[in-house]
Amino acid sequence: MAAVVFETIDASPGRRAVRRLARRAGAVFGFAVVVFFILIALLAPWLAPYDPVATSWSAVRAAPSAAHWFGADELGRDVLSRIIWGTRASILAGVVSVSISLALGVPIGMLTGYLGRWVDALISRVTDAMLACPFLILAIALAAFLGPSLTNAMIAIGISATPIFIRLTRAQVLAAKAEDYVEAARALGNPHLRIALRHILPNIVAPLIVQATLAIAAAVIAEASLSFLGLGQQPPAPSWGSMLNTARNYVDQAPWMAIWPGLSIFLLVLSFNLLGDGLRDALDPRHK
Amino acid sequence: MLEGAAVSEPLLRARGLVKHFKKVQAVDGISFDLHAGETLALVGESGCGKSTAGKLLLRLIEPTAGAVLFKRQNIYELKEREMRSLRREMQVIFQDPYGSLNPRMTVGDMLEEPLRLHGLHRCNERARVTELLGLVGLSPEHAQRYPHEFSGGQRQRIGIARALAVEPRLIVCDEPVSALDVSIQAQVINLLQDLQRQFGLAYLFIAHDLAVVKHIATRVAVMYLGKFVEVAEKHSLFARPRHPYTRALLSAIPVPDPALKKQRLVLQGDVPSPYDPPSGCRFRTRCPWARERCAAEEPRLLEGVACHFWRELEPYASASQSALVNERLARLQAAFQSGGAT
Repeated sequence: MAAVVFETIDASPGRRAVRRLARRAGAVFGFAVVVFFILIALLAPWLAPYDPVATSWSAVRAAPSAAHWFGADELGRDVLSRIIWGTRASILAGVVSVSISLALGVPIGMLTGYLGRWVDALISRVTDAMLACPFLILAIALAAFLGPSLTNAMIAIGISATPIFIRLTRAQVLAAKAEDYVEAARALGNPHLRIALRHILPNIVAPLIVQATLAIAAAVIAEASLSFLGLGQQPPAPSWGSMLNTARNYVDQAPWMAIWPGLSIFLLVLSFNLLGDGLRDALDPRHK
Repeated sequence: MLEGAAVSEPLLRARGLVKHFKKVQAVDGISFDLHAGETLALVGESGCGKSTAGKLLLRLIEPTAGAVLFKRQNIYELKEREMRSLRREMQVIFQDPYGSLNPRMTVGDMLEEPLRLHGLHRCNERARVTELLGLVGLSPEHAQRYPHEFSGGQRQRIGIARALAVEPRLIVCDEPVSALDVSIQAQVINLLQDLQRQFGLAYLFIAHDLAVVKHIATRVAVMYLGKFVEVAEKHSLFARPRHPYTRALLSAIPVPDPALKKQRLVLQGDVPSPYDPPSGCRFRTRCPWARERCAAEEPRLLEGVACHFWRELEPYASASQSALVNERLARLQAAFQSGGAT
């Protein structure tokens, strides 16, 4: 009953989606964990108990203790501090690379979907060709080509994830273009650019938001993978992927070196996926 | 002096409009005039090309051949920019009140947009929006709401207000009431008629409900497989349908009284595919009066009928028919009287 009253009081489509999202436990959990990690990334300098690159001979591969909660690595660096600073690389890689994909994929997708004809044929074939290559393989190849650094890794991941956004945007534009309200906008004399930005784009953002959230999760994994291979964050700067890479040699002597970064990747990716699933349900107009 | 000439001249002339989608002959050579203040109803089964004809008229799609002369200009020869400014004069109302409004725009934004596009009522847009809402029987506070907060009938009123915003001279109404309840239908139809009287609008009224057509139309064009088979003044069409297809359409109006036995002309088979329409007269495959000549020679639209033999057919029993249509109409109007207050 209370919900019904709320629905009538408050109107905008965005707010109703937020309300539906709040009713999903998984989505709320995902959202909370994502916010938690973002706060850690922002507050890293104040939260980290040690300098993440400071080595200590006395603490080499020290087990978790009151001094080093998560233990220390092969050079005696505090694992907790490195996890905290590594959050920055992961979140940054996720957000920046997906922003690159959105910035490239959405305009190109809108162009192909809206213009159709040879533009569509050409770009769609290129997209198909890129999608034929597995996402991670493409990212690794691009990162290797650009040279190892976190920035290049983000660019490589961003470009590799772009075809998915081109294809999704194109499909959504094709569907929206057939709607009567777009036809009405044309009949009223709207120029093409305005139809695309004012009448089509706002109606296709929902699936794009969902895809972006899920892509961030994939980008976090991709960054960890590239760093694991030495193509991402460069030592001694911390990254969950490169931490896993070094931990590989000490799994039996110092398992904490592997457990914490592994757990962090797992938790962050799971949360982005839960949030994405929740958003997909909340933004779906068929759910009233 | 010029005024006098403009009155007798039609607002719009469509000449030989053809639209083929690949091989599908959706519209195949239709011509008609539309005068200010009149309603030309376009009727026919679904898939006969009615909506395509409406879109061609507004140049929402490009024709395969033909011309639409509006103010003596062929609209298909206009450049993009010229066409955009001409759109002020010709508007559209859609069938589906749910699909025709942008779900992410408030009603106020929706009505303000056309004003800004064409630079109308500068600095007074808000007042004009209120005025428009009043014209279609909505209140000013509705401007802040989103489409999903309205009922089907209200949404259709918003669609009408949006079309009126630019003060057009012609509105293509593409089945504007067929998605609405009967009581709401009457309200919307009466609203359209009031607006027509008030602003001297010309309507191209696409419909399949003959009761509605009989109420609103001035003239009726009957379409079959992309061509006009009959064009006539409303009264003569309903009283004396000439083309066999028109007769079949009129006799297909359902009878509410089972005691009333009427002679029905039931068509056999389905509408042939517009991929490969029949030779000669397109209606011959379903026409009970078809002869050899019908397959060989395509009838031309002469005196408003495209049939070789219409003069030879037995007279149409019309009395009960018009009574039936009037009965339906009476219900529509009764519904309006009772529902008009809300």
